[in-house]
Amino acid sequence: MDGEFPLWEVFVRAKNGLAHRHVGSIHAADAKMAIDGARDVYTRRMEGVSLWVVPSAQITASDPGDAGKLFEPAADKVYRHPTFYVVPDNIKHI
Amino acid sequence: MGELLQAARVQHALRLGDDALILGQRLGEWCGHAPTLEVDLALANFGLDLIGQAQHFLGYAGIVEGVGRDADALAFRRDVYDFRNCLLVEQPNGDFARTMARQFLFSTWQYLHMQALVSLPDRKIAEVAEKAVKEVDYHAGLSGDWIVRLGDGTEESQRRMIAGLAWNWRFVDELFEVQDGEADLVAAGFAVDRASLRPAWDAAVDAVFARAGLERPQVTRGITGGRIGRHSEHLGHLLAEMQFLPRAYPDAVW
Repeated sequence: MDGEFPLWEVFVRAKNGLAHRHVGSIHAADAKMAIDGARDVYTRRMEGVSLWVVPSAQITASDPGDAGKLFEPAADKVYRHPTFYVVPDNIKHI
Repeated sequence: MGELLQAARVQHALRLGDDALILGQRLGEWCGHAPTLEVDLALANFGLDLIGQAQHFLGYAGIVEGVGRDADALAFRRDVYDFRNCLLVEQPNGDFARTMARQFLFSTWQYLHMQALVSLPDRKIAEVAEKAVKEVDYHAGLSGDWIVRLGDGTEESQRRMIAGLAWNWRFVDELFEVQDGEADLVAAGFAVDRASLRPAWDAAVDAVFARAGLERPQVTRGITGGRIGRHSEHLGHLLAEMQFLPRAYPDAVW
């Protein structure tokens, strides 16, 4: 629709000590309005203690067409998981 | 004297509760009709904040009254002339600009009022005010932003905001009106002097108007009467809708 407010991505920190998590998006004319909109839409049920909003246009996304070369090579590298290694019985605290 | 004071305390709690109840109901009318989803939720949130305040204040009015009426009885089983809300809150929504103009004028006043009530010796009122003051702080801020956004926006948005403020401005003086017998209530620690809130309200409103590039509307004489039950025709229509269900189905439960 023409004249619609720009899109912003919304991140909510559920409680202190946790990272902000992406929860969705909203439309707003400026950053202040985006914070208010995010508050009204995404924190009505005590979901958070802090908000981030980022203009969606500022996010650079990976190309879905590149998914093959970007992500598939990791598929056969199980040795990158700590569970790949057998921990000897006499090693404690690991 | 004791009885007079008790009656005045009931009226005072009704004024607080009815302001919140009627504006909450008005805001609910926007549900599903607001310009954007974000605004739709914001207005519904405001409405629910106000209905929550109304429950507390009307519940307290019923307790002080002492004849067994609870908040629901007061909300749903009184007629127009028994409501004590100001005329501003019963004004029809109009367009979005008029709704925001009403909200800004009212919330700016309500914020100052609740802030003053927080230190009241009447702890029951003070506790509700303490909860409400944070809610209303947000209402005043968000509606103030819309005064600026529309007032300083396009030609059309400015025209609509000027018209919205002009509609509502007639009912501003009533907010600061002190009712008969209220001096005793203030002296006894059951109310605050609302007239004393005016300078702070003027300053807050003028600051937002300056940001919005708007002038104060020119109004020759304010309209008053809501506090003593003389309401506009609009309140009757609002009550007819709000009270229909509990009157038609008195024992209805969820």
